[in-house]
Amino acid sequence: MARITLDKLAHSYLPAPKSDADWALKEMTHVWEDGAAYALLGPSGCGKSTLLNIISGLLAPSQGRILFDDADMTHAPTTARNIAQVFQFPVVYDTMSVRDNLAFPLRNRGRDPAYIAERVQAIARMIGMEDQLDRKARGLTADAKQKISLGRGMVRRDVNAILFDEPLTVIDPHMKWELRTQLKSLHREFGHTMIYVTHDQTEALTFADRVVVMHDGRVVQIGTPEELFETPEHTFVGYFIGSPGMNVLPARVEGTRAYIEGAEVELAHGYPALSGKVEIGVRPEFARLSATEGLPVRIRRVEDVGRHKIVRAEFFSHEINIIAREEDRIGADQTRVRFDPDRVNVYADDWRVSGEAA
Amino acid sequence: MDKPTNHKAWFLVLPVLVLVAFSAVIPLMTVVNYSVQDTFGNNRFFWAGLEWFEEMLRSERMWNALGRQLIFSATILAIEVPLGIFVALNMPKRGVWASVCLVLMSLPLLIPFNVVGTIWQIFGRVDIGLLGYTLDRLGINYNYTQNAVDAWITVIVMDVWHWTSLVALLCYAGLQSIPDAYYQAAKIDQASRWKVFRYIELPKMAGVLMIAVLLRFMDSFMIYTEPFVVTGGGPGNATTFLSINLVKMALGQFDLGPAAAFSIMYFLVILLISWVFYTVMTNLDRKGG
Repeated sequence: MARITLDKLAHSYLPAPKSDADWALKEMTHVWEDGAAYALLGPSGCGKSTLLNIISGLLAPSQGRILFDDADMTHAPTTARNIAQVFQFPVVYDTMSVRDNLAFPLRNRGRDPAYIAERVQAIARMIGMEDQLDRKARGLTADAKQKISLGRGMVRRDVNAILFDEPLTVIDPHMKWELRTQLKSLHREFGHTMIYVTHDQTEALTFADRVVVMHDGRVVQIGTPEELFETPEHTFVGYFIGSPGMNVLPARVEGTRAYIEGAEVELAHGYPALSGKVEIGVRPEFARLSATEGLPVRIRRVEDVGRHKIVRAEFFSHEINIIAREEDRIGADQTRVRFDPDRVNVYADDWRVSGEAA
Repeated sequence: MDKPTNHKAWFLVLPVLVLVAFSAVIPLMTVVNYSVQDTFGNNRFFWAGLEWFEEMLRSERMWNALGRQLIFSATILAIEVPLGIFVALNMPKRGVWASVCLVLMSLPLLIPFNVVGTIWQIFGRVDIGLLGYTLDRLGINYNYTQNAVDAWITVIVMDVWHWTSLVALLCYAGLQSIPDAYYQAAKIDQASRWKVFRYIELPKMAGVLMIAVLLRFMDSFMIYTEPFVVTGGGPGNATTFLSINLVKMALGQFDLGPAAAFSIMYFLVILLISWVFYTVMTNLDRKGG
């Protein structure tokens, strides 16, 4: 096991990248602590898989270094890194039995047969395939194959890290939950460094201690699920995490007051003069309807999603979402929205600005 | 429940029946007809029963041709299949060079059979052929018109030159269908090059490889044009394969009865061997895979 350090790492698939957009992975410096469970969250095409393949050595970065503890591994081949990786689509060796599939990584490293047998048995129990060990992998269902792939990823106990590249995409929802729970308990038991790539926020937030949010080739925020929810450092995090995402409204900020289309919004902190694109962000959870105070809005629609209601409102052409409790009555007179001042974040050019105590 | 019956539907099948009758059934039955009759000319035929079949089964000439044929097919399969796989594995996966390779590889397949024969016939000549002349100059005694071994080597090398691309192209198609993730997973699992071939590439190629082997077997077992152009079946009968023998008998000597009987047996042998091949390989595939 090892601490993995990315030092000024960047990657481009083009031989001579020029503009910012040519870089699939913008320069980043980041440390993956030994034994932590990370989720790498972001939409498709944001560079998550690229980053993962660079860590496992399947791809050589265009610039920067990768360190395992203190050893420079930037140009070390995959086999020298002792890393396990599980891919999005199941990779099984069709002509081998399930048992041979699980034993394959250990046999290739010349481990002792008794040890291999014991590990295979343990992993088979974990993925629930003990009774199918002797059948051929060919002809198994996609989720059984993916369970084998997961098992092969976890069969080695001494790996530096286990990387998961959206491993549960092909698994049905019930099994998904079960496997995720098992991965989590496996992590608690053995303390492997785990990096779990996903574009599903629920998966990321339930699996990881720390979530790394990526957007457009850049890491925009690293934090606990709570931090990501309460203080998104970038408007993208606000928008990507949460359902619906954070309301982001263009504003003018003066001291402890923000003005949206001329209407005043109270802030809990004071801000210096800001330049560039200034916006305020507030989560739908911290907005509520009122008859007397706040921004005058036009309510377009109310969606009842069971546990709560989502109110879709409009303020000048800006959409504002509000989450109301199930028992809240929404009257015709409630045409104003009030934001909780403590929960309003201010953004300049998409990045959060922290205010001073007012 | 009563189903409505409409016999007019038969008319829709008629064109196919007529086509198949004229292209396959009638010619085949003509051959069957000849195989059980004898003639003394003037288009008068007599019933001969299975006499021709018995004669063919006793004919040493036939058995020798069959032996040569089997050795020839086995040899070219043993060379072309591994060589084709090797070439496919070493072809570039993408880019301009992949296209260049594909075009170069398909060139031999586009040349008419008798032209291939002519090319090698000239190529191997000691007086004007590049190959024959060079070998002769190097002091190697090479003459495919007089030496049986040289004739065999020429015919086999020619077939390898002509058909290895087919095996290679089929295998290449099989290899191209393997997702990158398999190779990446193999790296993570620390699989050796041999294991990548044995457990990833070979299983994924198995389907096309079986088609390649069947095609090459059937084609080589029926080979006629190229050796006929190069050696004419000689020297002596050294490269007289089954079909060359058949044509000599049917058109050279005009022994229609024995030739017809032999044709039928020839056809059955190809059918039988192909069927055995297919069954064994699909079974292996199911058991091994």
